[in-house]
This record gives sequence, structure tokens and C-alpha cells, in this order.
Amino acid sequence: MPNYSWPPMSTRAVMGKSPKRQDGLEKASGRAKYNSDLNKPGMLFTALLHSPYAHARVRSIDTSAAEKLQGVTAVRVMAAAGAEVNWQSQEVAVVAATSEAVARDAVRLIKVDWEVLPHMVKEDDLGKVGNRAKPAGEQVTGDPDKAFKEADVVLDGSYGMPVLTHCCLEPHGQVVEWKGDVVNFWPSTQTVSNVGGDLAKNLELPATQVKVHQDHVGGGFGSKFAADRWGIEGARLSKASGGRPVKVFLDRAAELNIAGNRPSAYAKIKIAAKKDGTITAWDSVSWATGGMGGGGMPPIPYVYTNIPNKRLNHTAVATNGGPLRAWRAPNHPQASYLTCSALEDLAAKLGMDPMVLFAKNVQYAAEARRETYLYQLKKAAELSEWSKLWHRRGDSGSGPVKRGLGIGICTWQGAGHASNCKATIHSDGSVEVELGSQDLGTGTRTIIGQVAAETLGLPLEAVKVKIGDNSYPVSGSSGGSTTVGGVSSSTRIATVNVLEKLFEKVAPSLNSTADKLEARGGKIQVKGDATKSLTWAAACKKLGVQSISDNGTNDQRNPRGLNTAGVAGIQVADVSVDVETGVVKMNRMVAVQDCGLIVNPKLAESQVLGACIMSVCGALMEERVMDAMTGRVLNPEMEFYKLAGIADIGNIVVHMDIREENDKRGIVGLGEPPTVGGVAAIANAVANAIGVRVPSVPLTPDRVLAALEEKRS
Amino acid sequence: MSKHHDELVEKSPRQSASGESGFSRRGFLRTTGATTSAIGTTALLTEDEAIAAQGAGMGPGAVPITLNINGKDQKLTVEPRVTLLDACRNNLDLTGAKRVCDRGTCGACTMIMNGKVVYACTVLAIDAQGKKIQTIEGLAAEGKYHPISQAFVNQDAQQCGYCTPGFVMASKGFLDRNPNPTEEQVLKGLGGNLCRCGTYMGVRKAVLEASKVMKGGKNA
Ligand code: FES
Ligand code: FES
Repeated sequence: MPNYSWPPMSTRAVMGKSPKRQDGLEKASGRAKYNSDLNKPGMLFTALLHSPYAHARVRSIDTSAAEKLQGVTAVRVMAAAGAEVNWQSQEVAVVAATSEAVARDAVRLIKVDWEVLPHMVKEDDLGKVGNRAKPAGEQVTGDPDKAFKEADVVLDGSYGMPVLTHCCLEPHGQVVEWKGDVVNFWPSTQTVSNVGGDLAKNLELPATQVKVHQDHVGGGFGSKFAADRWGIEGARLSKASGGRPVKVFLDRAAELNIAGNRPSAYAKIKIAAKKDGTITAWDSVSWATGGMGGGGMPPIPYVYTNIPNKRLNHTAVATNGGPLRAWRAPNHPQASYLTCSALEDLAAKLGMDPMVLFAKNVQYAAEARRETYLYQLKKAAELSEWSKLWHRRGDSGSGPVKRGLGIGICTWQGAGHASNCKATIHSDGSVEVELGSQDLGTGTRTIIGQVAAETLGLPLEAVKVKIGDNSYPVSGSSGGSTTVGGVSSSTRIATVNVLEKLFEKVAPSLNSTADKLEARGGKIQVKGDATKSLTWAAACKKLGVQSISDNGTNDQRNPRGLNTAGVAGIQVADVSVDVETGVVKMNRMVAVQDCGLIVNPKLAESQVLGACIMSVCGALMEERVMDAMTGRVLNPEMEFYKLAGIADIGNIVVHMDIREENDKRGIVGLGEPPTVGGVAAIANAVANAIGVRVPSVPLTPDRVLAALEEKRS
Repeated sequence: MSKHHDELVEKSPRQSASGESGFSRRGFLRTTGATTSAIGTTALLTEDEAIAAQGAGMGPGAVPITLNINGKDQKLTVEPRVTLLDACRNNLDLTGAKRVCDRGTCGACTMIMNGKVVYACTVLAIDAQGKKIQTIEGLAAEGKYHPISQAFVNQDAQQCGYCTPGFVMASKGFLDRNPNPTEEQVLKGLGGNLCRCGTYMGVRKAVLEASKVMKGGKNA
């Protein structure tokens, strides 16, 4: 049985180093072709007709004028007479035409007679949602009533976080061509191996008939797993247009309205505690929405799950908004924000340093991570100069600009997904590895190459990584921080296996046996005797005209110690707030993040930096604004759906917790965890700075000023 | 473009839609971004003047135009309402510039026109005639890479990379004017571009690195 374990940290030559991302130049030169960039011969463009109402029924729809417009090749109705639409911007019809302009003109010619129905789009006040509330039922642990009665202090707080949208810069969409019985599908997707099956099912075709290809994807963040309604209709439009390729990419308004969102989270939280900061009980009434299906249920109390006495009441609220989709660490940022805000407020009430309170209650975290959190809290305190800069809440001087610090906490699972890899060595010495995977910008391509190169004792450039096609071995979806663990493990196994075959071939010429050989530094050599060696090229020549290949599978039931689950992280935000204008400025964000074995520290750091920046957006700017009267999204464009710019983020300090003891756990995913704690940290820092809790994020100037006003009165 | 959006943005009775003719004023206004942003060549004109000035004698159907892109004249036929961005992407297969907000907010479509950085989604193709247009494809010869692109890779200033060509072009325009910038100036100069993946820390470093490498930078 070959040894698949990772080589020890000290001997790694390619893994653990930070080669540049392999597709970097292609992207930074504008030459990379995303599927939204494709121009296929004869390609048709499309435009969608969306519902102007948040809730309505189609009485009748007339597409005849659109069909007659010159240049229009096909029209598909997506909400036929009698159909009910449940959110504004829901798709009603789609047109294929020879140009975008014609397609848009045609959409305007479609006549819909609507029966407008009552809608409900706002959930921030649970008392006003009426029969849209779907309570999940009360959960009680221990004896919260008794604990609250006996408490030294009780904290009572209210917190809220609105719906966010993914706002992928490459919108959702695809180019699709349904010709004969084959569908060629070029989507913007997080799941090259699975999205074809989803399309096939909807088109009632065998999955084998759908060919998927994608070299690059311009952001997904959890929202790009499905073939999507517009993708399915795009295929039908292609078929109806004689098999011409059809391009369907959402415009920005549709992207923000219908292509997924992150559920909101609101909660009234009570915490009982002793004088020394030890928490004794938790009581929360929480609610959320993510469209008609309600919202996710944030796992609160977050991280501090083992608080002995708890009462939880969660209610999902159905609203007439676009449906939720997974959003980088589903439910965790909300849970972290709700929990950490309450903890910070408790510390303020007790006059305690939250660093002490967060550490004291680590006893309630999962046992496996308690030590890590304590280590990380210390590290984060050091990097944020906590002991120098922290002050008691509101104790921030008499000038108009108040500085404050706050903590956020995270955890995530992130075990590798099921993945298959095929590795091939050719007699000319070239190597290729193939996986039906995708690189979301996390560096998957580069990491696969590093693992293969490490195993084969070659430089990274010697390995050709082929991903992005569903003819390659099936590999999992990129969601839940599972990709690096999955693809690295399958690549490791496949390359170890194929190397074994090479060893068998060359062993006789080295007067040795396969089990005594190793691949290092571009050579195949007898272990411990570098004088008995062949260069890689000479060794591969022994294959004659044959190539050799073998497969590797990451079996989630037995990942062989190559990957595992469970990480911890701490973030500390340092902000300055101008109490005259309400403007919050980021000074610094510190992220201390553990993620097991790290294949490429630079790429890992980029993930954490990006996650911190997303947190700045979520804490200070981002918000989907609904209009109660019309039921519409008021800001479905990037001018008012605000994202942070380059000057808005302050300085970000990332400390990857790279230590032998973490490395031994194997690879754990990193995409999600650092997105979790940032909003909590920033919200807490603002409370610390201005001396009062702003009850909901984003912490826009108006909200900050309102909270200050309320404190004064 | 969705119907609701038309109604939201373009409610003014002055804009009687003329969906029947090939040339829709709504579409024209929408494509220029003139209804929501004050960016672009029409900003100081009234709507009617702007239409008269830009569309005079053209349309409503497709018209032949010539664009000077990356030093070469390119002939193409587009409707007057087509943006420079869409003409490049759809007619000329120059897809480095991306269409993201289509409204002059995000910078993903950044090009350089007569030496100035522009959002190509806010420029009409017919209006770009006679101007020297540079797209990211024109930054370096095939097989070669511009030092800015290289610096973005060196500093890992990209993740999904969809915003990156826009950032590279904005950096080019910025460095042409400010060959030796301070970090503070970089923050101002690149403020017109947005990235969803959060690559700004790398971008800051990349622009400074490029300034040192590029000829003309006194830091070199
Ligand atoms: S696409 Fe032009 S600025 Fe966003
Ligand atoms: S790298 Fe993805 S949007 Fe900037």
C-alpha cells in the first residue's frame, strides 16, 4: 500500500511555498476568457422580461409583437397566464435575437396583464410580519429561568443585519448551444462536474449529452451552483433557434434582484452572567428572511455553544424578495455578529475587557478548539496592540473622533469534498492532472499543480493542470470551503499512484525495486543514495511509446488524514468614528486564522484579506433596501448597493496560524471562516468607540448618528 | 435590461417610449447611462441637446463606423445606442474590459481614450470615432506582458480576476499621470474601481511596484 501521507513540513519543496497563481498573467492581461466573454459564430443575445411587482398573477401574456420584431429568433414565456410571481424581478419571459439591442426592444413589446396581489417585503420588525412568520419552535437546554433569576447581571440587547446580495462581478449566466441531441454549456459556475446534470434533468436529457466547459469564473461566493432558470430557457431558445448558440447573462439589476442573497438576521438576546464574566444562560428570540422560503437559522449562541442554560426561539419570515442562496459561510456571519455583539455588550455592562470575557467563556466552545481560541485571542491582542489601544466603552476622549476596538470570532468545518483526479505521465516527461473542478480565484489550479509537483519531485511548471471540463474526472462543487482539501487529496493519491507505476518501470535500470525509489529534485533515485539516479526525462523515456496514468479519489469517509474539518479564527477591528458626521473609518483589521496544512501561504493570505474586505462592506455599507410600498428593491445597482473601495478598508494584518501541530491535521478549507467574524468585530469596535450599541448594521452615518442621539436623550 | 428598471429609472413623461421603431430613446438613454449618472460626454447638455449632438444624422438602424483601437482602425457596424464597451466586446471580440455595472460605477470596463481613463460603458461607440482608444489588449504584444499586469501577479492582486483588467487599465492611466505616486495617491487614483473578491491590499502594492518598474518612474 503506497504511502499517501503529506511529506513532512520540513522536506516540502513546492507545497508550503508561495508560487504565483498559475493563471495570473492570463487574467491580468485581459486575455483570460470567461464564459461571459465568449463570442461564438452565429451567437444570439437575449433579454429577460422581469416582473415589476413583488407579488402578482399573470392574467395574460402576449408575445406576438416581440416575436414579429426583425432579428428575434425565439421567445420563451417563463410565467404563463395564471402563474403567480412572488418577487419583483422574477422572470416572466426571455427573448433571443441577433443583437442585445433588438432583444431588449422585443422585451418591451411583450404585453402582460397583471393582477397585482398583496406583498410583504420587510421583516425588521417581527411584530409586523403577521402570518408570514414561521416559528421553528422553542428549544430549551438546562434551566434558563433559574439561571436568569440567580444571575449577577443580565444583558438585554437587540441586533439586526439586513439581506445582502452576492453581487458577483461576473453576472450569473451562460452561453448555451442545443444542437441535435447534444447541449454545449458554457456557464459561470462553481460546479463544473455537477451543473451539466442539473441542466440535463431540467431538459429531460441524459446527463451524458451535456458538455460543460469553463476556464474562469468571475465570482460566485455560494450563488453559482445551479443551471438556473435562465440557463434552462437559454438552452430551449437555442433549440428553437435552430441550434444557434445563445448568450444569457443577467444585467446588474437582475443580478442583484434574483441571483441569490444572504438572509438577514435579527435577534433580541438576553445573557445571564456572574460578576466575573462567566456566562450562565442565554435567551434569544431571532428571526430572518431570505425570500419566500424564510431565512436561515443562525447557529446561536455561536462558538460558545455549550452555555449550560439556553432558550432559543427562531422564526423564519417569508417575504416577497428574491430567493436566498448560499453566501460564503451560510448563517455563520449572522451568528457571529449576533453572539459577539451580545458578548461585547455584556462585557461593557460588567465594565470588563471583552478580551478577558471572550477568553473566560471559551470553556463553552468545542473542546477541540478551546486552546486554539485562547492562543488566537492572545495573538490578535498582540497584533492589534489591544493593551495599548483598548479602553472602556465610550471612554474615548473628548474630541469628535473616537477610536475603538472590537472582537469577532469564527469557526467552520471545511473538510475536503469528494474528488477524483487522473494523473498521466508521458514518455517525453510531461505530466498532466485532470479534474472536473474549477478555480474561483481561490487558486485551485495553482494548488493542484503544487501538490502534483511536490509528489513527483518536479518544479511546478512541469505539471499541466487541466480543470474546467465535465469530461474530466468528477470533482466536487466549490462550496463550503471544501475544494482545496478535496482536490489536493485526490491529486496526491493519483500522483502517488502513477509514480508507483513509473518506479516499477525504472527500478530494473537502477538495480533496485520500486519500493526503494523516491522522486526528488527532478530525479528518480534510490532512497538515501543520490548517486543511483535517473533524471526525470531519462526515467520517463523508459516508458517507450506508452504513457502511464492512474487515478486518485478523495473518499470523504476515509480521507487518509490528508484533509480534515474544523477551524478557529479571531478578528479584531480598530475603527475611528466621527461622532459629528457619523462616518466610521477603518484603521486596521487583524485576522488570526487557523486552517491546518497550508499549501500556498500567499494564496491563503489573499483569501483572508478578501474575506476581511467583504466584512468591511457588510459592516459599513452593504444592504439590500426594500420599499415597503412598492415591494421593490430600491438599490439594484452598484451605485447604491455599496461595496468598499480601495481607500475604505484601512490596513489589514493577516496572521496565518501555521504551526506544526496545525499542519498535522491535514488540509482544512479556508474560503468561508475568515468572512465570519469581521462584521462582529467592526460593530463591536464602533460600540466601543462611541459608547453605545448601534442596533443594526450596516453602520452608515445615519444609523450611527441616530444611536448617538438616542443615547443623549 | 429589465422592464421594472425602465419604469423605476425612467418615469419621466418626457421619455415617451417608442418601442415600435428600431431606435428607442429609452434604450438610448439607458445605454448612455445619462439618466442616472452625470458621467460621460453628454453630462452638461440637456437630454434633447445631447441626443441631437450625438445622434445627429445617425440611426436609428446600424451605421458603419471606424474606431481607432490600439493603434489600428477597425471598421464595424453598430446601432447608435451601442456603447464603446459593447462594441468592443460583442463586435470586435475585445473582451478584456468587462461589463459589470454598465453604469459608470465599478470601473471594470476601463479603457483609455485620448490619454484619459474612461468608463467604456458610458461612452457611445459612435462618439468614440476619431479618438485614440486603448484597451487592455493593446498594453502588450502577444506573448508579452505589461509591467502592470506582471505586478498584479507578483502581488497577488487578483482573485476571480473579473475586475482586474479594469484595475490594470485604471492603474495605467493613473501612472501615466503620476509616475511616482505615494500610497495615499494610489488610494485616491484607484478609487473609481470596485472589486468584490477583496484584492485591494494587493492592488496597492502592485501599483507601487509597477511605478518602480515602469520606465519614466523616477523610483526605477
Ligand atoms: S461596467 Fe462600466 S463602470 Fe461598471
Ligand atoms: S478579483 Fe474578483 S472582483 Fe476583483
